[in-house]
Amino acid sequence: MEKSTDHLSIELPKLHILMDRSTEDFLVRVHKRTMAGWKLGLSESFFRKILYVAGAFVLVILTAIFMSLAITAIPSIGHFGVSFLFGATWDPVRNVFGAFPFVIGTLFVSLLALAISTLFSLPISIFLGEYSREGAISTFIKSVIELLAGIPSVIYGFCGLFLLVPMVRALEIKLNVAPYGVGIFTSSLVLAVMIIPYSASIGREVISLFPSDLKEAAFSLGATRFEVIRKVILPYARSGIFAGILLSLGRALGETMAVTMVIGNSNFIPKGIFSPANTLASVIANEFTEATGQLYLSSLIELGLVLFMVTTVINILGKVIIHRMDMKEK
Amino acid sequence: MKELAIRRRIIADKSFKAIVVLLSFASILPMFFILFFIITKGISVVDWTFLTHLPKPVGEIGGGISNAIVGTFMLIIISTLFSVPVGVFAGIFLCEYRKGRFPYFVKLAVETLQGIPSIVIGIIAYIWVVLTMGSFSGLSGGASLALMMLPVIITATEETLKLIPDSLREASLALGVSYPRTILKVVIPAGLSGILTGILLGVGRVAGETAPLLFTAFGSPFMNFNILKPINTLPLMIFNYATSPYPEWHTLAWGASFVLVVFVLGLNLFTKVVTRKWKVQF
Repeated sequence: MEKSTDHLSIELPKLHILMDRSTEDFLVRVHKRTMAGWKLGLSESFFRKILYVAGAFVLVILTAIFMSLAITAIPSIGHFGVSFLFGATWDPVRNVFGAFPFVIGTLFVSLLALAISTLFSLPISIFLGEYSREGAISTFIKSVIELLAGIPSVIYGFCGLFLLVPMVRALEIKLNVAPYGVGIFTSSLVLAVMIIPYSASIGREVISLFPSDLKEAAFSLGATRFEVIRKVILPYARSGIFAGILLSLGRALGETMAVTMVIGNSNFIPKGIFSPANTLASVIANEFTEATGQLYLSSLIELGLVLFMVTTVINILGKVIIHRMDMKEK
Repeated sequence: MKELAIRRRIIADKSFKAIVVLLSFASILPMFFILFFIITKGISVVDWTFLTHLPKPVGEIGGGISNAIVGTFMLIIISTLFSVPVGVFAGIFLCEYRKGRFPYFVKLAVETLQGIPSIVIGIIAYIWVVLTMGSFSGLSGGASLALMMLPVIITATEETLKLIPDSLREASLALGVSYPRTILKVVIPAGLSGILTGILLGVGRVAGETAPLLFTAFGSPFMNFNILKPINTLPLMIFNYATSPYPEWHTLAWGASFVLVVFVLGLNLFTKVVTRKWKVQF
């Protein structure tokens, strides 16, 4: 492989037999095409360079994304410093920008959504990974969940706005709180449905990878299935399930459209579970096109930079945990 | 006494199974709610005029979504053109060079790229394209979607080409075929179906994206074939109409949702069928 095969060329043997005109034409065409093909062959070193450039391109893009976010956020970083993250006022009119309400809103919405979705995704992983690995029912559930993952987020937002919001409003009237309908609770519900597929699929994989000899050993000691799952499988699969939850947290933090449509867009620190709020992503979606003035725009971009860094760290962490588990398998 | 304990364990086992099954089935209910509402509310709106006419201003009954359908397909084509060449070559790179620090970082970069929130991708396309060219445009929307497709295509290419057995490329090299030709004419054609599936997956991922288009493609009420001007797409239109206060526009949004869901889910199903059929096997 090290030796370059650049200058290889072949000659078709000259055929000195009688043939009709069309056969001769055909052979000439074949010969020409073959030779053209050989000559077209890029040199090996050049081809390898192209591959390297393509690989490097991805790295360059990622670095460029980080750099452009950081550079365009400089006015805001220079003006507010660290207090940007902890300032409680976001007031475009007075040019005071503090991201604290959105940080709180994002954490509140994502963690609540994560809690709700884990309640459902964990049973799905157990069901698909242990109770019903094959067969019509598991194929059905698996396909429905895959479809769930394929529905665009704007559709979730739209359905949430017109189906869930009235229901939540009715609930709020019963509970005697301000009946906004939109707010943290509604967004968490929508978001929970959206991230179920991610944690469920990773959880299912981890549980179905469980070595069957350990399981059989537990069964042969007289353990029930419940006991096997609780005392043998779950402790073993813990880190994988955790990685799945972490990766869905990464998605939940960055989810924009569905949340933007049902969160109520309030730029104040949320007072409770039913109050309207804003997340980092939703405030960017709402205000970016209206942002006038350099400081306003660069503050919004700094929110994007924060979002980028947080999701990147979470994703890499989740991937590292899964990678370690794979290594353990081998 | 002992039997009681055993019975208690059996009951615990049974009830645990019941809870697991119940919650599993409960969590697929939202899917049916969503589909049910989209279909019942959307299907009555969708007809031939709806698909072939431009939207009308508030107050006028009727109007369609033709510009959004055209715009969606234009953006998909632009983003595919951008991302496929780079993605396939980067995928070949990751498959051919598996050891060493540089490929490891490239792989990490691909995974990171995959995890970037779509709204951040929108900001990037805004900074790179909109600010440079001075206006919202279909091109910038296509660029943002290309950034979202890129990691999907790279991963699919890499995973597929890894499945091609070494014996195939060794046979080709042993015949004296040069390395680039072995890759381009033996390995890639053998894995072509997998790469195509990856492209379909990528298209499925971006077809419903709204967030990166909010401040790149921006949306427009007119039919527009010029990629240097703002372009409307189905998801953008749904967002703008759904959040508007006018009931007529909500109806249009339900119709557009129906079309979008049929398109995206159809694409997903098609990809699944194709994956099974075209599966790279050796």
